[in-house]
Amino acid sequence: MKQLIVLSGKGGTGKTSVTAAFAHLASEGKYANQFIMADADVDAANLELVLQPQRIEEEEFRGGQVALIDQETCVSCGDCQNICRFDAIDYTDGAYIVDPIACDGCAACVYQCATNSITMHEQVVGKFYVSEGRYGTLYHANLFPGQDNSGKLVTLVKQRARLQALDEERKLVIVDGPPGIGCPVISATSGADLALIIAEPTVSGVHDMHRVLETVQHFGVSALVCTNKADIYPEGTKEIEDFCIDSGIPFIGRIPFDLTVASAMVEGEAVTAFDSEAPASIAIRDIWSRVLDSLLEGEA
Amino acid sequence: MEIVVASGKGGTGKTTVATSLAMVASEQNTIRFLDCDVEAPNARLFLDPELDTVKEVGILIPNVDDDTCTYCGKCAEVCQFHAIAVIGKKTLVFPELCHGCGSCTLVCPENAITEELDVMGVLESGNAIKNIDFAQGVMNIGEPMAVPIIRELKRWAPAKASAIEIRDSPPGASCPVVETIRGADFALLVTEPTPFGLHDLKQVVEITKEFEMPTGVVINRDGIGNNAVEAYCEEVGIPIMMRIPMERRIAEAIASGKPLLKAAPEYQKDFENMLGNIITEVGA
Amino acid sequence: MKIAISISGNTINDPFDPRFGRTSTFCIIDTESEEWETYENPAFSASGGAGVQASQIIAEKGAEAIISGAFGPKAFDTLSAAKIEMYTASGNEGFAAQDVLEMFKNGQLPKTESASHGGHHGGGR
Repeated sequence: MKQLIVLSGKGGTGKTSVTAAFAHLASEGKYANQFIMADADVDAANLELVLQPQRIEEEEFRGGQVALIDQETCVSCGDCQNICRFDAIDYTDGAYIVDPIACDGCAACVYQCATNSITMHEQVVGKFYVSEGRYGTLYHANLFPGQDNSGKLVTLVKQRARLQALDEERKLVIVDGPPGIGCPVISATSGADLALIIAEPTVSGVHDMHRVLETVQHFGVSALVCTNKADIYPEGTKEIEDFCIDSGIPFIGRIPFDLTVASAMVEGEAVTAFDSEAPASIAIRDIWSRVLDSLLEGEA
Repeated sequence: MEIVVASGKGGTGKTTVATSLAMVASEQNTIRFLDCDVEAPNARLFLDPELDTVKEVGILIPNVDDDTCTYCGKCAEVCQFHAIAVIGKKTLVFPELCHGCGSCTLVCPENAITEELDVMGVLESGNAIKNIDFAQGVMNIGEPMAVPIIRELKRWAPAKASAIEIRDSPPGASCPVVETIRGADFALLVTEPTPFGLHDLKQVVEITKEFEMPTGVVINRDGIGNNAVEAYCEEVGIPIMMRIPMERRIAEAIASGKPLLKAAPEYQKDFENMLGNIITEVGA
Repeated sequence: MKIAISISGNTINDPFDPRFGRTSTFCIIDTESEEWETYENPAFSASGGAGVQASQIIAEKGAEAIISGAFGPKAFDTLSAAKIEMYTASGNEGFAAQDVLEMFKNGQLPKTESASHGGHHGGGR
């Protein structure tokens, strides 16, 4: 079983549109019924909007704890506010109260409170789903806005997808990754066999591609690069391609700027299914076959 | 006054809007610009600051003195993140798990713990075009946590006191976004009129609602997709402050690092009006 | 000797779970008396540092060896400090804890001398 992760560094480079197209293409090729999808962008889980699956399982996701001050026993000494390094304790209307959004869950205040007035409480911070869609099973989740712990939820999504793939001896897990280079990206990348970086040839996109490439290399995952909206800034595209050649990273294709992608999104379809002859669709098909070659190299 | 520019979905044009707004505002006021997207800081590419002040930032992690430590295990017991383990006659510290809360230091009965800075990134500041006082945070590669860097960036002093502070937020709707939005007076949310844009916009609106913060929307790439964003804004009573149509020449200019107002100066007026409306809204 | 095995379930006949920090349960077996007990793993739902916490639990229960699927760097350091020997078994074969124990007794399980992977399966700070 292999795990592919689709990443970008910069947000909005087209990760999800490409991943959705991969799901469509995988369902048509020899890997039909051999793969599972996982949406690891739990902050902005959009794969569902394209795959339009039916939820078959739903679980609450409990994340970190937050402190709560018992106003009955609190003597308003203010010690908790002094020691809190997360500015999470407010003094309003003569009472100390915890701002649950700022609270980091460290419980330092619990141990310092002279009157034992502070306790920790677990929070439901998101939901985890298993869905069946037109292209097969999708594992996904929704982290409630403003919540912490996305790394752990990402891990849960990936782990469950992986376990099903192992149980059913499926060949591939395709993971739609989050933007950035932080905790959720690290969690999403861990255990992957291959990362496909979708770079946008803009000054911002090039900058962020370097950072995400360094991140996947830091965690020992090999990477392929392709560009999206490739023709919008030819100098940027060239810079990306030259960089890939110089550093020995395979550059596997250019997806042109194509408004068909947005139209497909509005219709809730993968662009390759919406219009298989659109310029973007043709490019994505080619990239997909190269990704498969690289991923399943040497396998029967 | 502090204005935060956020979006939910990545790549909708947050940085384009934030930097354009800063340029317009700097004609009237002193402006402080904070790039809080510490995982992918890009505003610098458009504002071109001369970054002459640098500071390392991170969190304070424990350092246990083996000579005074009695292996009582109190530190491991209070650590919610299992960043300290006491096993037999050994105290192990795992910096990558530490949140820097200081709880272990406070409870240690032997005062055997001192704290040292674990560097997670840098803050940089300097003067940008049009005398915008610019500062950004840059997170180190492989570092999982952005929030401490954003928190320090907001507190950082070198940027002078200004009439208007503009913060460029990271994408998404989780803790780094909340930390960026926290304490601002107005949230300007940049979206695109597509199902993804709408879905992610709703997530950020949940946060600004929680903060009871005045909020407005900018529709970028207007003309692609559908009108579901407008319908939603109307339904929840959030004003659409500005629209930027989908134009290939704008996309190309921004791709090459050219500020929007240079490529399409006709939007100058729209940004001025929007800034005026924001100031009125916050003042009201 | 006392040996711990990560499992999902609550008896020695339940499946072996290759996850160390995030396993739901540890089965601890006394290889001389063949007696066993199971303990819930509190690190199962920890927000970070599951490997460290799980290591501390089995050290407290007096285990001298552990069989799991893999050990991250922090679990490895903690288990090493506690002088607990680490062995790995495959998680993809549908073994029960009992099967894994037999394989251990027959000397079929490889001993782990360094962390099996880069760790960081989420959580963290």
